[in-house]
Order: sequence, then structure tokens, then C-alpha cells
Amino acid sequence: MAKILMKGNEAIGEGAVRAGCRYFFGYPITPQSELPHYLAKRMPEVGGLYLQAESEVASINMVFGAAGTGARVMTSSSGPGISLMQEGISYLAGAELPCVIVNMIRGGPGLGNIAPAQSDYFQATKGGGHGDYRLIVLAPASVQEIIDLMQDAFDLSDKYRNPVMLMGDGVLGQMMEPVEIGDQKPFELPEKPWAVTGRLRGKEKRLINSLYIVPENCEVHNFKLEKKYTGIKEAEQRWEEYRTEGAEMVMVAFGTSARICKSVVDRCREEGLPVGLLRPITLWPFPEKGIVRLVDSVKSFLTVEMNMGQMVEDVRLSVNGKRPVHFYGRVGGMIPVARDVYTEVKKIFNGGVA
Amino acid sequence: MKKVFERPKSLKDMPFHYCPGCTHGIAHRLVAEVIDELQVFEKAIAVAPVGCSVFCYEYFDCDAYQASHGRAPAVATGIKRVLPDRVVFTYQGDGDLAAIGTGEIVHSAARGENFTVIFINNAIYAMTGGQMAPTTLLGQKTTTTPFGRDHKLNGSPVRMSEMLSVLDGTAYAARVSLHNPANVTRAKKAIKKAFEVQIAGLGFSIVEVLSSCPTNWGLPPLKALKWLEDNMLPYYPLGEFKKPAEVI
Ligand SMILES: Cc1ncc(C[n+]2csc(CCOP(=O)(O)OP(=O)(O)O)c2C)c(N)n1
Ligand code: SF4
Ligand SMILES: [Mg+2]
Repeated sequence: MAKILMKGNEAIGEGAVRAGCRYFFGYPITPQSELPHYLAKRMPEVGGLYLQAESEVASINMVFGAAGTGARVMTSSSGPGISLMQEGISYLAGAELPCVIVNMIRGGPGLGNIAPAQSDYFQATKGGGHGDYRLIVLAPASVQEIIDLMQDAFDLSDKYRNPVMLMGDGVLGQMMEPVEIGDQKPFELPEKPWAVTGRLRGKEKRLINSLYIVPENCEVHNFKLEKKYTGIKEAEQRWEEYRTEGAEMVMVAFGTSARICKSVVDRCREEGLPVGLLRPITLWPFPEKGIVRLVDSVKSFLTVEMNMGQMVEDVRLSVNGKRPVHFYGRVGGMIPVARDVYTEVKKIFNGGVA
Repeated sequence: MKKVFERPKSLKDMPFHYCPGCTHGIAHRLVAEVIDELQVFEKAIAVAPVGCSVFCYEYFDCDAYQASHGRAPAVATGIKRVLPDRVVFTYQGDGDLAAIGTGEIVHSAARGENFTVIFINNAIYAMTGGQMAPTTLLGQKTTTTPFGRDHKLNGSPVRMSEMLSVLDGTAYAARVSLHNPANVTRAKKAIKKAFEVQIAGLGFSIVEVLSSCPTNWGLPPLKALKWLEDNMLPYYPLGEFKKPAEVI
């Protein structure tokens, strides 16, 4: 199959359509605009719906309504809009509704700016909304991976009846890369016996609900969710290892910062420095297993993020005090420069001296 | 003997949690009777709000959702856009619809979303302990307006049906009241029309139902109905503010 050039944001849209998503509800925000622009044209071609909502609060609740009928549905936004969605996301998790939410992260806090950032890691992986719940969080690092992960995002959300978040940033959204999209595979949506579709032909009553007024029942519900999350943690951790064989130091980075770290790894290796990269693909569940596998053979870790140090907490939890875990970050829409990361690596190799 | 009055099929046979004399129960019965009469029980999907009527998802025997506070119209939009041939309705209080959910109700109406809204105006936030609602009357004492609602501090009560009726997407908007049997009969007619408008695919329909809350008004049930008649009716005129030519 010939490769075609595609923008990251458009790849999210095409990936969703190919995964059988037929409903998109959203509210405009930079830097994800190419996605709604793409789907506004593309959805009608496949008999789907693109509907512009009056706010992100409305979008996520439209997603709630559509998801409850069993349809594959998504929304997309960036920082401030995702913040507005948090109550709805908590309801989706509580009612166990599958859907896909895209966050093309921008600089924050507040209005911040529209430049690329990774500062919504905590919000995505540690809750964000109220109550004990988890999102499955995916972090692609190329346009091809965006296409592939959109399919997985919808499949995982249906499999676990859980919202899935795909996180990127303006760099990934805007970059054009050749992708192999292959032929549209015929898709079959999984059976959803829990879906609300009306009691046609005497079907038993179905309810989409997150209210458990009796504390005993709400606790049982939380235990049930926790069991599901434990299963996801066990089965779905994903990561990529790049040149980790024989590495004395392993960088940990996702998405855009992982791309930069790859080039740093190459330069280090050329110079004989044994450095590798672990790139989490699932941010939740965090690929603890990947870290644990490496922890005894490496001397230190360096986490590189476009924030003030968020994922580094999960790296430290996984390393569990066995090795030093360093952090390097740029923030506020600034992107780490390979040369600076390289300097940081050298510094650690030289025992803290630049 | 022939039964002349029975529980509508669309309403479950179970104890409701409403206080004695609360008109939420009457409103439920009217909606259920209409669903029965229009024979749309199998297609009906209810969207419950956050408020005293949160458990209506249990009481209506059709499929149902429980929505977050104020967002029932957005949830109904999502449902109806996927399943356009189902009969979808929201059941919302005045705090839910006229305060926190103002954006959702206005824009659902503006888009002409083809579902029906049953809007219970009891001039109070009942579930949370009788605080001022956007519909609370001037001078009305609530737990957060202990000296009576003051225009200077809180503005004036909102007339939602009139507001929504000026939007092109609204096909049917009416205000009814449950303070006596004659008005209950009229209320049912309006609710039926609203559902008929939806079934005919004509657009957004809303019926505002003036309701009593004896508990938070601090009145016995009968006095509460009298208070509604004496105080709410003058400010909230009954009638149809918009109706399509097709359904007269
Ligand atoms: C986001 C959010 N804010 C506040 C509440 C608390 N709350 C629950 S019910 C309610 C008021 C409901 O009043 P109304 O809609 O008038 O319904 P009623 O109880 O009067 O029937 C409020 C404020 C909530 N559940 N969610
Ligand atoms: S508090 Fe008021 S609205 Fe709520 S059930 Fe009691 S009487 Fe009805
Ligand atoms: Mg009320």
C-alpha cells in the first residue's frame, strides 16, 4: 500500500472513522482545530454526525448520551476545555461508558498559550474529575501511531467499558508524516447488551447511571471498578524501548519529548555513552513493568517532560528507590532542545558536573 | 367491576420518595399516562436530572439515564442524534434547567433538538434544602434569602418558557400548573401536545409545570397549592407561548 502524507490532527479523525466512530461532539479550541475541520467534512461521507456544541460541558454530556446508546463516539479539546469536561468524565467513568476523548495539550495553567505542552499528565492519569476512577491514557509519538492507536482507543474503551483519553500536543497535531492507512477494514461493533435503546419488543429495562445513594452499594460499585482497573494495569501496559540493551542510563519520555530523546540517544550511542529510552505508550496504566525490567541493569533514569515534573513521580514509584531518577523539563509551551537534553545526560554521567 | 382509574403502565408500581403533597408525583403520572396513550412506551427514553426528581429514572418504567446537574438536554441531544426515532424526554427542576443548565437548555432549543422537556418550576432548590432558585419570587423567603428575595441583590425571577419560545428551534412551549384538578387536566393536554410535536419531528418542545414544594415552602400541602395559585400564577402566566400550526 502506498503511503500518504497526513497531519496528526487529521490522522486522529481518519483513525476514528476507520475504527467505526460515527459521532463527534466538540467545541473549538486551538491546537486541535484541524480535527473538527476534518471530521465536519468526513463524518457526513460515512453517514456519521459532526455536531458543534455550545461548550465543552455540553460536548462531554452529548458524548455521555450517545455513548449510552452503544454508539462509538468521541470528543476532542485542549487544556481549558478538558478541564471543563472533568465532571462529565467522572460521570462517564462512574456509569462505565466507553468513549474516546482527545486532549491536544497546550501551555498552562490558566489560559496559558497554544504552544505544545505535556502539563496535563496529572489531570489525565490521576483523576482530574471527582471520585476514584481511572482513564486509559494513550500517548502516540508519530502520525502513524496516532492512526493505529485510535483503533486501539475505541477497542479498549469498549472492552473495558471505560473512557479512553488520547493525549498529544500541537507538535504532533500539526506535523505531517507519511502514513500507511491500509484499506478500510470491515468493522463490527461489539455487542453492548447494557446499552439504552428503548424497551423495544419487551426488552428489560436498561439504565445509564452513576448514582448509588446507599453507601454500601456505592462501595461495592467502587470495588468493582477497582477490580477492572487492576485488570487493566495487569494486561494493558504498553511501552517502546529504544536502544536499552546494555544501557547504563535510561531516559523516560512520552509523545513529543520522546522523539527528541530518541535523537539524544543516537548521539550518545555514537559517542559511546550507553544510553537508552523507554517511551510509555500507555500513560495509564503506567508501564511499571518496563521500568522494573530495566531497574537492576541500569544505573540511573532521566525523565524528560514538557512540564515541571509529573510523570517522573510514576517513574520514581516504579523504580522504588533502587536507582536515582533525574528530571529535565521545559514548560509553558517550550520544547526541550536535543542539545540541552544531551548536556543533561552528560552531566549525570559525569556525576553532576557539566 | 370495571376499573375507571389505575396506575399508568409506564409508571412502576413502587413507593416514591416524594414528600406528602409534593406535586412531582402528579407530574410523573401525567407523563406516564401520555406515554401510554401515545403508545410509545417501547420507544421512550427518560433523562433524569439532579434534584428531588433524580430517582424518576427508577419510577418511569422505560429505559433511562441519570444526567449530571443541568446537562440533561445535552445528554438527550446525544441520545436523540443517535436514535432519532426514539421518544426522548428530560425531566428537570428549575435549579437544574434555569440556573446551572441554562446553556444546555437554550442551545438545545436553538438547535431545535427534537426531544421533550418537562420542566418542574417549584420556585426553589428543593433537594439541597430550600435555597433560592432563579425562579424564586421577589420577597419569597428561602434558606439563602432569609429576608425575602431582593431584586437589588438577586435580580428578578426568570420566565424560561417565554424566553425559550422566541427561539426558532422551539416548536412548542407552554406553562401549566398543578394547583387544582382542572389545571391538572390542562397540564396533561399540554404534555401530550409536546410529545406529539416530538413524534411529528417538529423540533424542541417544553412544558413548564408550576409545582408545589410543601416541605421547603414550610406549608401544609393544601396551603402550598393555595400559595402557588396566589403567588406564582400572577408572575408566571399560564398558556401556550408557541405552538406549531400542525398541532392545534
Ligand atoms: C454540579 C453540581 N452542583 C450542585 C449540586 C447540588 N444540587 C443537587 S440538587 C440541586 C438543586 C436542585 O434544584 P431543582 O433543580 O430546582 O430541583 P428540585 O429539587 O427543586 O426538584 C443542587 C444545587 C450537584 N449535585 N451538582
Ligand atoms: S422537598 Fe419539595 S420538591 Fe422535594 S420531594 Fe419534598 S415536597 Fe417535593
Ligand atoms: Mg426546584
